This record gives sequence, structure tokens and C-alpha cells, in this order.
Amino acid sequence: MANGLTMYEKLWQNHLVEDKAGETPLLYVDRHLIHEVTSPQAFANLRFHNRPVRHPERTIATMDHNISTRSIEINAAGEGAANQLRALEKNCKEFGIKLFGMGHKNQGIVHVMGPELGLTLPGTIIVCGDSHTATHGAFGALAFGIGTSEVEHVFATQTLRQNKAKTMKIEVKGQVGAGISAKDIVLAIIGKTGSAGATGYVVEYCGEAIEALSMEERMTVCNMSIEFGAKAGLIAPDQTTFDYVKGKEYAPKGEVFEQAIADWKQLKSDDDAVFDEVITLEAKDIKAQVTWGTTPGQVISIDGVVPSPDDFADPIEKESCVNALNYMDLSAGTKITDITVNKVFIGSCTNSRIEDLRAAAGVVQSFVEKGHQVVSTVDAIIVPGSYRVKEQAESEGLDKIFTDAGFEWRLPGCSMCLGMNDDVLAEGDRCASTSNRNFEGRQGRGSRTHLVSPEMAAAAALTGHFVDLNA
Amino acid sequence: MEKFNKHTGLVAPLDIANVDTDQIIPKQFLQKTERVGFGVHLFHDSRYLDSAGKEPNPEFVLNKPEYQGASILLARENFGCGSSREHAPWALEEFGFKVIIAPSFADIFYGNCINIGLLPIKLTEDEIEQLFQKSAQGELTLEIDLPNNTVSCGDISFSFSLSKFQQYSLEEGVDSVGWTLNKLDIIEAFEAKMPAWQ
Repeated sequence: MANGLTMYEKLWQNHLVEDKAGETPLLYVDRHLIHEVTSPQAFANLRFHNRPVRHPERTIATMDHNISTRSIEINAAGEGAANQLRALEKNCKEFGIKLFGMGHKNQGIVHVMGPELGLTLPGTIIVCGDSHTATHGAFGALAFGIGTSEVEHVFATQTLRQNKAKTMKIEVKGQVGAGISAKDIVLAIIGKTGSAGATGYVVEYCGEAIEALSMEERMTVCNMSIEFGAKAGLIAPDQTTFDYVKGKEYAPKGEVFEQAIADWKQLKSDDDAVFDEVITLEAKDIKAQVTWGTTPGQVISIDGVVPSPDDFADPIEKESCVNALNYMDLSAGTKITDITVNKVFIGSCTNSRIEDLRAAAGVVQSFVEKGHQVVSTVDAIIVPGSYRVKEQAESEGLDKIFTDAGFEWRLPGCSMCLGMNDDVLAEGDRCASTSNRNFEGRQGRGSRTHLVSPEMAAAAALTGHFVDLNA
Repeated sequence: MEKFNKHTGLVAPLDIANVDTDQIIPKQFLQKTERVGFGVHLFHDSRYLDSAGKEPNPEFVLNKPEYQGASILLARENFGCGSSREHAPWALEEFGFKVIIAPSFADIFYGNCINIGLLPIKLTEDEIEQLFQKSAQGELTLEIDLPNNTVSCGDISFSFSLSKFQQYSLEEGVDSVGWTLNKLDIIEAFEAKMPAWQ
């Protein structure tokens, strides 16, 4: 008898438009999210070939990568950015695409905006010209980043050609300890698999520790799937998912919603489904994580020390360690809690949602009660993921907690995660960042990034170094 | 897209693993609305000693005299990881590369290369190591034969594979959007059966 199907295989079958011998399979795309940086050349090509956007209502645009976090004026982001932002406005108007531009109540980081508006639904295929599209997999949607040629293909046809990926199950057994965040879980997973451990795979996260996560926490986990090479990350939709989606602005309503839930309940991997690879972690072993190197896989627990090249048997990993220690200006054996930072960034599509800000504010409050403020040698900024997140945070008084403690409270955008605007680190800066990439130069030429959770970033701002909050 | 058949060119060896697309083309150069102007910024932070890109770094492989005119980039594992920016393959292509050879590529980057006609070739770790060693001994020129799926030089010949349609698309320079638009009837039939919530 044939084996059951994995969730990925079900999503694949449900979207397979054509699978013809000798051609790459053609998949239907339900939702296409776009932003200013990776879309202009795709629009230009449509224009060149005189092709329309086939289903403009299935594409939603926002502005996020380039924009200023100090002003909603398009010109505030500099000439190059303003050019791209104006091009997006013009393109959306010409091709009939809904745009949440500067000052719009729905504007935000594309992977924060989509879920909070109910544009992200289980059982769909969602693509975007951004590798962190994997975020939407938290809903049981097959979601992945695409290049600009593919953006054009989706515009013109509402489909994409994709070769089938292999499947990997990552089970996190049991429950995490107190104070361990979704960011720690996913960094621990990447630490175990290495930075390319899931290349060629679609990953499904499961197990008690994953099921226990809120939707926002699940988004944090799926967001970083690309950081160990996975094409996409998936979590089976359950009651937590349905409760989150229900009533969202663009989510289906009434009977259609009931039918959707019935369909979405069929998506989870069958009990007898076979995965090409299975990885298991014990949740109780996961501690707060800090990256020490220049790939997200170069990560260690807060109570650890910076590793030595001698700790790696593989010659390439050894060499990568040498290069990373050199770039990061770190010595093997240094306690992680002895590493000092001069910049803190809380934000990005990984960690800029309301629960992230609440968690960070909680840590800030507990330190403020002990007499701490953001230390004088540290610049710390908080960039909410969207206008909705910003408004919610302000209605809860979180902005006040942050600003009273010495943080800067900014406007939503991708900001210092990739530093396309003026939120960049200077050469030699060392940053505790809640973003997703610690690549060389990612946050600014010659700058050094340590990836951490919002709680860990907040504590670093108030002490000037990494802190083991559970010690 | 231009057709790809055979290519003979000089190899530039980039002996670094996990080269990410931020390194290939840093973010400050992504603010263009055109498809050109990226090659000059390829590997900017490694290639130039200054932020303005005026002072070439003599230590960087692409600045060395012996690799001028290289059209084949030899790389290590997980090449092109990170951001989905197609600007990375655009920059490589505009700089003059026609072929990238590595033991493994990040998935999105690999697809982006195929879509613009830049040939990504996967060889085994052992074959890659042999090519790095040969390149270290002196100028290495490789012959790439796409129809026969071979990489060769003197007495060495390695074979590689692509999926059928990717091979066909590169050889014929297929307009992939046009190809799919010829199947609108199939797409419409699919749409007619979709549930209301989708």
C-alpha cells in the first residue's frame, strides 16, 4: 500500500496545474506579495512585452525595504529609495494592484502585514520576491521567496514552475524551559543542521514544543527556514491557526470560512507519511541562543563560550570559523556573556510583532525596576513591524516603557535588518539584533551582528553585554 | 534570453564557502529600477578597500591580473545563500560570468541563474577540489558543453546534470512567461475548480 502524504505533498497536489513529461511542474499561486525593491524590473518586462497582470486582485503591495523609519515622507529615504517607491506607486496604479503605501494603516513589513490582515491563509501558495516569505508557512501555507524573473512569471500567469523539493521533518519534543523563545528554538535548530542543512528540502516543524507556540511565535520559527537553506518551512494548521485567521480583514467569512476550516484540517501530514529526512530535538535542552559568527548556523547557548577552529573537524567549517572570528573580532574561549555591544536593533520580519515587543518590554521593565537604563555606550532602536503593531503597542503603553528607558521608538519598516535605508551600522559596530542574518556587512560594511531574541536584545541594551536571563 | 550551447573560458577560483547574496551584491546597490548597472558593484565589500568603490583590493581574486577576463566562477558549497535578490545573478552576468561551478547552490539563487541564462553547474566536492588545485597551478581554462553536460580541460572531463526543462530552456533561450501563457486554457480550467476560500 502506498504511504500517506506529507503536508508539502498535499499542498503540491492541490496546486499542481500541469505536470507534463519534460517540463518543470506548473503550480498555481494564490497570493503574491510585492515590495519596492524586487518588483520594478518585473513590471518593466511586462510593459516591454505588453502583458497585463493576470490577476491583479491576487497581488498585494507594500513599502518596507527602503523606507525611512523616521518619517512617512517618500523623500525621507533618499533619492534611490524614493525612485523605487515612486516606481511602485506608478506600477501598482497602472496594473491595478492594491498598494499599502506610506501612511496607510495597513503598511508594514510584507511578512508582518500579510498575516495580520488575513491575506495569509492555510492551504495556499504564497510567494514574494523576498527570501523570508517562508514566514507564512506558519499557517500551513506553502510560502517561499522568488527572484524577479519569477515575480514577472507570477504577474503574467498566476503560476510558477517549480521542481519538487525533498521533505524534512523537524520534531521538537517536549516543552521548552521558562524564558525560552521561538527565536531560541529556531536558532537551536539551525545550529544543529548547519547553515545549508536543509538545502533542497521543504521543512515541516512539529512536536509538542511547536504546537504550543502562538501564531506569531510560529512565524518566527518559519521565518528563519531559509537560514538553513530550506525552500520553505511548514507548521500544520490547528485551532491556534484558525482562531488567529478568523475575523481578519481579508480572511474568508461565514460559510466560506467554515468550508475553509474543513479543508484546512485535511492538510496535516498523514500519520504514515514518509519524510526524506527526520531531525529531532529535545525542547528541554534548548537554551537562549546567540550567534557568534557570520552565518546563522554559527550559534551557541548563552552559557557557552566562543568556539575555536579546533572544535570543528570539517576543514571547511574550520576555515569558516577562522574567518568568522577574524571578522567578528572575537577570541575563542570568550564567554558569550562577556561580549559587549554598542548597538541594539529590535525589529525585522523575524521579531517585530506585538508579542515580540511585549516580551522585550517585559525585560526592559524588570531591569528598569533594578535601576537600569539603556547604557550610555549603546544606541538602541525599536522598529515595529507594521502600523497596526505600532498602534497596538502604543495603546498598551509599550512605546513609553521603551522610550523612558532610553530606546528610540521608530516607524515600521525593514530598517536595520538589511540597512537599505539610513538605519545602518558603522564599521566596527557590534549589534545585538533580533533580525535573521549575521552575514558579513549585512547591517553595514564592517559591522558585526549577533542574532538573538527580543528578550536578549533588550537585556543587552540595558547592560551593554549579553545576559543569561535564566541564570 | 540568449541561447547557451558551449562556452570556453578562464576560471576565477573563489575559495570561500557559504558566499551569500549580500556579499555578491550589497544592499546599497539594490535601489535601481533598471536591470543594468550591477556588475560594477559585484562583490563590492571584498573587491574594494573603500566604501565608494574607488580603491580595488589587490588581494581579492577578481582583482588579480591572472584572472582578468574570467567568465567561469569556481566556488565552494552553498553558493548564493541568503536573500532571494536576482540582482546577484544579474551582477555576476554583467561582470562577465557565463558559468558558476560549485558543489552546491542555495535553491532560490540556482533558480534565478537558470531564469536569466547564467549556467549553474553542480559537481562533486572531489571534482571541485581537483579544479581548485588545477587552478592554483596556473591559468585554468575550461570547456563547458551544455548539450553533452560536460566540463572539461585536457584529460579531465566531469559530467553534470540539469532538469530536462531547465536544460531545454537554457539551450533554446526559452521565454518562460511566453511558454506558460500558451497554457492559459489549462490554468483557467484549474481556476474553475478552486474552492471559494482559495
